[in-house]
Amino acid sequence: MAMLRPVTAAPDQPTALPEQAPAGGQPARRGRAGLRRLAHAVRSNRKATVGAVLLALFTLVALFPGVIAHDDPNATIYPRSLGPSARHLFGTTALGQDIFAQTVWGTRQVLIIAVGVGLLATVIAMLIGVAAAFYGGAWDGSLSLITDVLLVIPLFPLLIVIATYVQNAGTMVLVVVLTLTGWSYTARQLRAQALSLRNRDFLMAARVRGERKMYIVVVEIIPTMTSLLVACFLTNALYAVLFASGLQFIGLGDPNSVSWGTMLYWAENNEALQTGQYLWAVVPGACILTLGAAFALLNYAFDEIGNPALRPVRRIRAKRAG
Amino acid sequence: MPSGPARAEPGGQTRPLPPDTGTVLEVSDLSVEYITDTGSVVAVDHVSFGLGPGEFIGIVGESGCGKSTLLFGIAQLLSPPARISGGTVCFRGRNMVGLTDEELAAVRWKDLSVVMQSAMNALNPVTTIGAQFRDAMRAHGVTSKEQIAGRSAEVLKMVGIDPVHLTSYPHQLSGGMRQRSMIAMAMLFTPELVIMDEPTSALDVVAQRSLMVQIKELQAEFGFAVIFVTHDMSLVSHFSDQLMVMYAGRVEELGATRAVFDSPLHPYTAGLMEAFPSIRGPRRQLTGIPGSPPDLARPPPGCRFAPRCPKVMTRCETASPDLYLVDGRQVRCFLHDGAHSPGSPNDGTGSPP
Amino acid sequence: MRFALRRLGFFALTLWAALTLNFFLPRLMPGDPAVAMMSKFRGPVSPQAFKALAVAFGLNNQQSLPSQYVTYLGDVATGKFGTSLYFYPQSVGRVVLDAIPWTLGLVGITTVLAFILGTGIGILAAWRRGGRLDSIAPPVFVIMSAIPYFWIGMMLILVFAVQLKWLPPAFGFDITLTPSLTLPFIGNVLEHALLPAIALLVTTIGTWILTMRNTMVTTLAEDYVRMARAKGLPGRRIMLDYAARNAILPNLTGFAMSLGFVVGGAILVEYVFNYPGVGYMLLNAVTYEDYPLMQALFLLITVTVLLAILLADIATAIFDPRTRTAG
Repeated sequence: MAMLRPVTAAPDQPTALPEQAPAGGQPARRGRAGLRRLAHAVRSNRKATVGAVLLALFTLVALFPGVIAHDDPNATIYPRSLGPSARHLFGTTALGQDIFAQTVWGTRQVLIIAVGVGLLATVIAMLIGVAAAFYGGAWDGSLSLITDVLLVIPLFPLLIVIATYVQNAGTMVLVVVLTLTGWSYTARQLRAQALSLRNRDFLMAARVRGERKMYIVVVEIIPTMTSLLVACFLTNALYAVLFASGLQFIGLGDPNSVSWGTMLYWAENNEALQTGQYLWAVVPGACILTLGAAFALLNYAFDEIGNPALRPVRRIRAKRAG
Repeated sequence: MPSGPARAEPGGQTRPLPPDTGTVLEVSDLSVEYITDTGSVVAVDHVSFGLGPGEFIGIVGESGCGKSTLLFGIAQLLSPPARISGGTVCFRGRNMVGLTDEELAAVRWKDLSVVMQSAMNALNPVTTIGAQFRDAMRAHGVTSKEQIAGRSAEVLKMVGIDPVHLTSYPHQLSGGMRQRSMIAMAMLFTPELVIMDEPTSALDVVAQRSLMVQIKELQAEFGFAVIFVTHDMSLVSHFSDQLMVMYAGRVEELGATRAVFDSPLHPYTAGLMEAFPSIRGPRRQLTGIPGSPPDLARPPPGCRFAPRCPKVMTRCETASPDLYLVDGRQVRCFLHDGAHSPGSPNDGTGSPP
Repeated sequence: MRFALRRLGFFALTLWAALTLNFFLPRLMPGDPAVAMMSKFRGPVSPQAFKALAVAFGLNNQQSLPSQYVTYLGDVATGKFGTSLYFYPQSVGRVVLDAIPWTLGLVGITTVLAFILGTGIGILAAWRRGGRLDSIAPPVFVIMSAIPYFWIGMMLILVFAVQLKWLPPAFGFDITLTPSLTLPFIGNVLEHALLPAIALLVTTIGTWILTMRNTMVTTLAEDYVRMARAKGLPGRRIMLDYAARNAILPNLTGFAMSLGFVVGGAILVEYVFNYPGVGYMLLNAVTYEDYPLMQALFLLITVTVLLAILLADIATAIFDPRTRTAG
């Protein structure tokens, strides 16, 4: 799929932690204050707001599809290959289904996959990345090795190979397969940040106080990494949306399920483009793009939040080359 | 100050010293702010001082007091979100604030050079030392390979480094050597003013002292002025003519080093003295200054040091003191406003006659 | 030197992992896909094809699993990938070799273009912070990076091939022509390659621009860039020698690794355009359950990505003096 990996530097460089305000006072308290800052940051960053709004819209559609679309997405009872009209907002497919209904109901599956993979892959990545950083030594060596190997093996071909053997991958199978193959990138990022945090003062203080490693990890480190964890979730969600659709498009998903990717599969198989049934191909793809863009925008905004140097610069009357 | 022989240039020519106009640098009311999402933060608040030829001024203060920002503001090296919000910086009579990089290029390095804190960060990691000397010289019209090579070797020898290291990369040199090669680079055109931002902080005490001695020797030979920023009061007290103490972006005390050292007028300066041990002299209890600097996004209404001041009075918390002239020194403290009438803080150079 | 050995060891390990996946995946799946597939096979199955299937699925029960594994590794090492089922009776090797040049051309050129344009635009955007390029670049390219490869292909076909009829909608060349090294034929090939290349370029370039821009922004904040300004160096020199050089280096390996994604995208683009490259073959193999071909193509793609990373590592070592002395 499109190179959706986050756009900060190579994955083994830690994302910069929020800089202090110049000549500042106390370092901002992490944890609870971190979440509040996050919320404020989302509201003030335009990209984040657009992304968040789009995401909210899709979530609403996924939660209440019946309210928005009154037709049964699977029913093949309508006249075939109709153009858009008041009755069928996006027309009908060559098999007699209402495209609008399919699009609306398909949102649910796509979001489930996105959120499912997003959460699961991030959790796995966090466990592995942070464990590697903290237990160090042989643990780090072997975990990093596994991560790196998985990172290098080309993802989509691997997915294709696995999906081929699995045959007709339904939603749950897709979630599992995508999670198992896709956690490595974010694991690297999380490990890098955990490593850079390891030697920060507040952790030294905790160790000196005699806190156990598990406590340190859960109570001190993970809240500090909130911003990055959210970014990782978004990365993995975006990856899931694009790759799941891709797999479904080439027929490796369950073709009888209702999803944007499967819609495109049927559209392609019925030569929608060549026969003038444009909306059938345009609409589901546009939805994938929009949902993907929502995740990508939010993700990028979080990069900016974590690294203020990347934020848009106001046009100050300064010379170039800031 | 002894002004040495005519200044050496790459290529062996000499530049005659310009007529003594009294001041090399005149900073007036300089203010620097950072523009953040939540508003602007004033990092440097109306700072003024002057520097004559060959003078050495030390600027001291805690981390975050704005001294580095001040330095970059003077050298016109700020980057967004920082910007100069007011004041002038007159170098050789010409105000540098507001000039473009192209307009400044003529003066940069030839008349004014900079030494930064960490040579590891200030040197381009992927080019050799020699290459970095070379592009500085080429940028100012020296193109002959022999001249470049000759001058590069010359400045390295000045700081005690074997010229064979011109082909080394920064990471191949030791910390002390890196720092000294930065100073060598600053000497390429024997400028009139060298600005140094904590050049010794990354070194051990022995290397620190040897570097300072080196700097003073070069200064004696070539007669350039130095602005030296540091948090180490004791280090700079031995070597500077003027001393400026900064706190929370403001000048708190400014005057001749000996005077400030022997009898600090500002409670903060006094506190700083107490915090530094002396190898000689009687052993005494070290006292720190309790508390920490204010958040400049929300500075306290009155004197900025009031929350931590051992001699704080009630008016200190509501009114902000100006700089008062006392015995040829400037102090920003209400304790000293009765001694003389409040002097205008901007009456030219701060150095005593 | 030790670093180089470790890297090579890592590559060998990854290759081994890919091979092992190839070996074990079919044996792990429930049911007996080989039997199911063979029953679908129309016409007699030659002993060779049967053997290929048997090897792929471990139906050869005389050998124990470990020795099957060893045999498999040996076969791969000697280039015995078996016979293709879809392109029967061609050998897998033959099919793969025929497909490689098409993908090489398409992906190769697109990647080079994307890299050059992407880094160039990224560097400029960061250099002119606050300028127009920099303010529109991030949102535009972020959205572009979310475009599904296959969909943009379909949209391009829709607009340029179906509606406007400017360019052909499918295949590597006009199937009525015979392939030859003549100018008209080459022109025809380029004509067919244009839309797929645009599709790949559009989706790939966005992320590269942004990565480059972000590293560049971080690099511009470094002390040595400030020092270069302090020395009065001309702007272009600072941008290229001080900033860009340092910004590109850490990204080289990352770019190479993202080649895996470009390849993935190429698979879909080739599918949509029926472009006869490696990706198209892979998907055909999938559709027709030509497992030997599929496995071989998967290995090929993995090896290619590994080679690219190796090249990037070498380039980094050449251009970054710090790695050289570190060993």
